[in-house]
Formats: sequence, C-alpha cells, structure tokens
Amino acid sequence: MSSQLFAPGHTACSGCGMPIAIKLILEGSGKDIIVVSPTGCLEVTTTRYPTSAWGVPWIHSLFENAAAVASGIERALKVLNRDANVIVIAGDGATVDIGIGALSGMFERGDNVTYICYDNEAYMNTGVQRCSSTPYGASTTTSPVGKLSFGEDRPKKDLPAIAVAHGVPYVATASIGYPKDVIRKIKRAKEIVGPKYIHILTPCPTGWRFDENKTIEIAKLAVETGLFPIYEIEGGTLIKVKKIKNRKPVEEYLRLQGRYRHILKGFKDQLEIIQEIADKNAEKFGLDG
Amino acid sequence: MNDNIKILEGSMAIASTVKTCKPNIVSAYPITPQTHIVENIAKMVADGEIKADYIRADSEFSALSTLIGASATGARTYSSTTSQGLALMFEALFNASGMRLPIVMTVVNRALSAPLNIWNDQQDSISVRDAGWIQLYAEDNQEACDLLPIAYKVAEDKEILLPTMCCMDGFILTHTFEPVIIPEESLVDEFLPPFRPDFILDPANPLTFGAYAGPEIYTEFRYQQHNAMIKAEEKIEKAMNEFGEVFGREYGLIDEYRLDDADIVIISMGSLLGTIKDAVDEMREDGIKVGILKITSYRPFPKEKIYNKIKGIEKGIVFEKDVSIGTGAGLLNDLKAALYGKKQTPFLYGFVLGLGGRDVGMNDIKDAVKKVKTLELEDFGFINLRKEVL
Amino acid sequence: MNKAKRNDIRLIPGGITRPKTTITNKTGFWRTFIPIFNEERCNKCGICDIFCPENCIIINEEGYRHPNYDFCKGCGICAEECPKDAIKMILESKEG
Repeated sequence: MSSQLFAPGHTACSGCGMPIAIKLILEGSGKDIIVVSPTGCLEVTTTRYPTSAWGVPWIHSLFENAAAVASGIERALKVLNRDANVIVIAGDGATVDIGIGALSGMFERGDNVTYICYDNEAYMNTGVQRCSSTPYGASTTTSPVGKLSFGEDRPKKDLPAIAVAHGVPYVATASIGYPKDVIRKIKRAKEIVGPKYIHILTPCPTGWRFDENKTIEIAKLAVETGLFPIYEIEGGTLIKVKKIKNRKPVEEYLRLQGRYRHILKGFKDQLEIIQEIADKNAEKFGLDG
Repeated sequence: MNDNIKILEGSMAIASTVKTCKPNIVSAYPITPQTHIVENIAKMVADGEIKADYIRADSEFSALSTLIGASATGARTYSSTTSQGLALMFEALFNASGMRLPIVMTVVNRALSAPLNIWNDQQDSISVRDAGWIQLYAEDNQEACDLLPIAYKVAEDKEILLPTMCCMDGFILTHTFEPVIIPEESLVDEFLPPFRPDFILDPANPLTFGAYAGPEIYTEFRYQQHNAMIKAEEKIEKAMNEFGEVFGREYGLIDEYRLDDADIVIISMGSLLGTIKDAVDEMREDGIKVGILKITSYRPFPKEKIYNKIKGIEKGIVFEKDVSIGTGAGLLNDLKAALYGKKQTPFLYGFVLGLGGRDVGMNDIKDAVKKVKTLELEDFGFINLRKEVL
Repeated sequence: MNKAKRNDIRLIPGGITRPKTTITNKTGFWRTFIPIFNEERCNKCGICDIFCPENCIIINEEGYRHPNYDFCKGCGICAEECPKDAIKMILESKEG
C-alpha cells in the first residue's frame, strides 16, 4: 500500500505517527484532492523549499487559518466549475486552540471540506508545549511536573463534541493503530456533502517519550484502555463504536510513556482520575463488550 | 452632462465597480464604515446580478484567509475592510503577498483603537505599508472606483503578482453621495483580461504552495517581492494610461495642482486633497505661491517622480492623518528617506491632523502654511490640538 | 551554509514546489539500527508497509517487501509489528 501520493525523504522524527496517518488518509482519499495544512510538524517536515513530499496539490498558509483557506478553495472550485475534494490535515494545536475560530466558521457555513486533525496531544513542532488537547496528567514543557505540579491539570478538550454541536454531518475519531478503520472513515467522509471532521490519534515518540518502535502499540493501547474511544457520529447520532474486549487498565498505556512516568511513581490520586476518565468514556460510548 | 453619471453613495459606487471587475469570490466581515460596500455586494449576489460567490467569513482574518485559498485555486478575489479588521488581517497580509496572490481589497480608512473610534484617519493602511501590498489612495469616489480595475490589472500582471489595497477615506468618501461614472462593464472587459495564473491548486498538476524556506533561500523571496514592487511603478503608470484611453479619465502615480511656480508644495493623500485644493485656490488669490503634490501610489513609492516634481521648491508641507508615534508620520518619513542626499530638495514640514475623524477645514491648512512662512511652527507637529484639555 | 540544501532551481515567485521532490533527501543516514527482512519467514501480509512512516517499503519481483535503505530511518516499527517475526533490527556498522 505504499502510497504513490506521498514521497519518502520527509524529515519527520524516526517512528513518528503522523506520516503513517498521512499515508492512510491518502489511501482513502485518492488523488483528486487538494490538501490544506496549517503550520506544524507536518508542514515543516514535508515541504522545506525547494522540496515537497506531496504528490497531491497542497497548500500551507498560516497556523490558525487552514479551515478558512479550505473554505476559499472549495468555494472557488465551485464557481470555476472544477472538481476536487478539499481536505485539511492539521495538527491538534492548530485545530483545538489557535485555529478553532476559523474551524467553527467553516463548520457553520457548511462548506464541503473534510477536516482531519492528527492529534499528538501537544505543540510538538515547537518543543512539546501543552495545548488544550494535552491529556490530564501528561508532563509537557509548559505543564511540567514539579514540587507543586503533577503535569497537565485539565482534561483534553473534546473537539469532536464541538463539531457535533455545530451540526457537522459526519464526525469520527480514529487511531493509526487501526489502519483499515482510518481508511474506511476517510472514504465514508468522501460520500457526505458538507463539513466532515475526523480526529486521528497519532502518537509522538519525541513528545510522549517512548521507544520509536512502539508507535503502533501505543496507538492501540490508547483505544484498548478506553482513553481514546473510537466512534462515528452521523447526523448527530452515534452510529458506530469500536468495542473493547477486556478493557486494559490505564497503567498499561501510561507506563510506556515518559510523559506519564511521574504519575506511576507517586501520584496515586491522579492515576485514579485518569482511570476514571477511561471508565467514563467506556460508559458514555458503551465501549465494553 | 454624461448620461452615465449617477449620484451614488461612495460605497454603492464601489460595489457597482467591483461587479464590473467580475471577481469569482468575495469574502468579507462587516465593520463600520466598510459595511455598505459589502452589503451592496451581498445584495448583488443575492439578486444574481454578479456571478461571484460571497463567503460570509467569521472574521477579517478568516476573510483574507479564504481569499488566499481561492486565489491559489485560480479565482479572482475581492474583499474590503478597515481599521481593526485590517489589523486583524496583519498576519495574512504578509502571507498573501509572500505567496504572490493578486487579491484586491478596498481599505476604508479608519482610526485604530484605543481609544475606540470609528471615524476616519489613515493610520490603518499606513501601518501596514511594509506588508508587500500595493497601496493606492483615492481622492474622491470616482477615483476610488477607477482604481479598482487598474488594481486588478496590475496585481494580476505576471511580472507583478502583488496583492493590492485601494484605500479610501471612511465616511468622508464611503458615505458621501457624489456624482460618479461607474466604469462600463464592456469597457472593463476590454481593459481587464480574465485572471489566468500560471500556477494553481489542481490535482492534474499537484504543486505545493507555501513551502517553508530556510536561511539559504528566504532572502531571495523577499528580493523578488521588492523587485516586483519596484516594477509595479511602471506597470501602474501603464495601466493608468490605458485606463485613460479606454475610459477617458486620467490618473497618475502622483499628480500636481498649481505647482508650476510654487515656493511651497503641500504633499498629501486621500480625500484631504479636496480641502487642500480649495485652500490653495484661496491662498493663490492672496498671492501665496503654493501648490500641491498628490500621492496616489504610496506603495510603490515613486521616489524619482516625486523628487523631479518638487526639486527646487523651497518648502514642503506634508499633511497626513496618521502618526508614527514618537518619530513623525508615515508619508513624511518616507518623503524624507526618498529625498535624502538629493540636491535642491524642499525643507519638509510634517503635520498630523484629522485623526479619529476630526474635521479638517481650509483654515487649518491656510493657518499652517502661514505659520510655516513666518517660522512659527516646528518642522513636525499636531495641528488643531485642543490645548485646554492637555 | 549547508551545501546539500542549496539548489539551483530557479525560484518560482511565491515558493511553489514540485511534487514528491523530497526523494533528493536521503534520510537513511539518520539510522542507527537497520531492519533486515527475512524472506523465508515473510508471509507477504504487508503490515510492515502499512505502518512504515517513511513510506519506503518496496516490493521485489517475488512479491517480498524490503525497505529502501536510502530513506529508512531505522525506527523499527516494521520489526515490532511484523506478525511473523521476519524482521530483525541490528546495529548498523557505518564504515567508510
């Protein structure tokens, strides 16, 4: 399945989950697309002038405007009577924080754009600073562990729910640990007219501090522990959930990652809270089964 | 009287002219005093009078961002904003010019907050003079309209590819009913060829737009923009000449008024020039040898042309509605830089006036000229200050 | 200045770049451990290919997959995920 639409020679860190997501997205989308990416790891590792890893038309403008740029492309294609699927592939910082205004505008206008967030749960391109998709308890360079701190003290912002609240007709979450599921969701999004939102977990060995060969194992464990539920919502209704047999305790996920090492070493209350987050996800989405 | 002359509000005249330029995508966010322009365009779209799609953007920043996407896709694009909206666009302004996207935007000039003020001055567009956009300033509504097709022609020229701001004073022009001739659509078609960029976002030729550039190549991109801006000088002049031939209305990068034998030259931009012309007429009647140099093209700044016009004149007085806080004002500082090291240049005075919509009367101009003659004024200052509140 | 990053391509105004040109950037030199693919154990499932972040797995005439070492950064995901244990990571000797 070597995608003919994405070339090697990019400079993502060894073991990075992001380019795996890109391959799966392109496998699902096919070549008749235009990709918009905001500033971030994806942009700097794939398009250093005069090179580009992309085999599809691709544009980067700024950090917080990918959704708006995509709206402009989609409207222009319509007016000019041309055809292509417009896809945004954006990091979580650009999506959940700085670009949420433009994204809300795109959702609300109903533009026919598939917006895909690859989520590595912090500002990785600038050196692992927390953002609002950083999960509870994770230590980052701006939510560090210290005498008075157990790391990030707020839960992860639920952007898929925000998309659903906008009336976005197709909202899905996915993990690169389940490649067929990712590809199927990209294909499903193609069939729906209007805005689509797909949120893909892409583990980051550098920022999460795990061995670079463990990327897929961690992408699966996030799902198997219930910390990252995988589901699809169409027309506001939950239509599909990835069920988990014998849901694993969150420690199995946390212990592989340096960003959580302190939690297992002595923050018992926080460990319980993280387990509660997983339990609540399981209840909310009916994960167990 | 020409049958085509209509009495229109400035904003309606602009909207009607935008229509003749046939943009594919209009994207804007409403802000006083730009609102009437975009309302009128929205109505034209709603009535099917214009084939453009109108994107109701969630902010000015998003408005310009949508146009960046649309322009890169090959669409002709238009927006309008003012003041805070232009400030919010700041990041996207540099991005649009760096990506060489020929977006045209009417900037309705308005003061910047704080204090909040919705009235006219030119602090907004002057503050983004280094953003890589061509900036043209209109004296009246006819010029504000006519600059639009000229702007598209220059911006889309393959040797230029620079976005362009057509600046017009808020309220003073946008909300004033004046007789204007809306450029005829068939003549605009003749004057302005369709937008056919060499590079667009297209799956058949999958190019990458907006790559990042390291220290080994970033400078060269800026150098190309710099050269394009300099080249724009002759292209604007050429487009203005062609416009004159097709439409019979003459414009220049700069213009002069009663300058032949002047010992004082007043230099200014925008609607202020109307008041200044009246004041000059009266001063001329009193025997004061004063004339005017009008700047239409602020970016590119036609340095040699300006110098050649004012060489040998004893004194220059710059009136402008902006301030470069602590160091003078935009046009004044640019003129000083342009004339530095040259011979027989006028001694330049710079005066800030009309900020935040304060009226500028003929007497303000005449009084300043008189005090310059009698050496009662410093070479830089604020005119018409309310000293009693300070 | 890094000469490898210099390029004689004439600038297109706006910084437009040609597709799939990162292939000039041989990231294989990043590698510390090198994956060795054992065709005898391989069942041609293609999981290594699906998960390779470099997108550098190529298929030979017999249908077996191998990494293009010009680009393989040696992350070891392929070896970790291979269900047949057909890929071994070994410390690469870099002589010459």
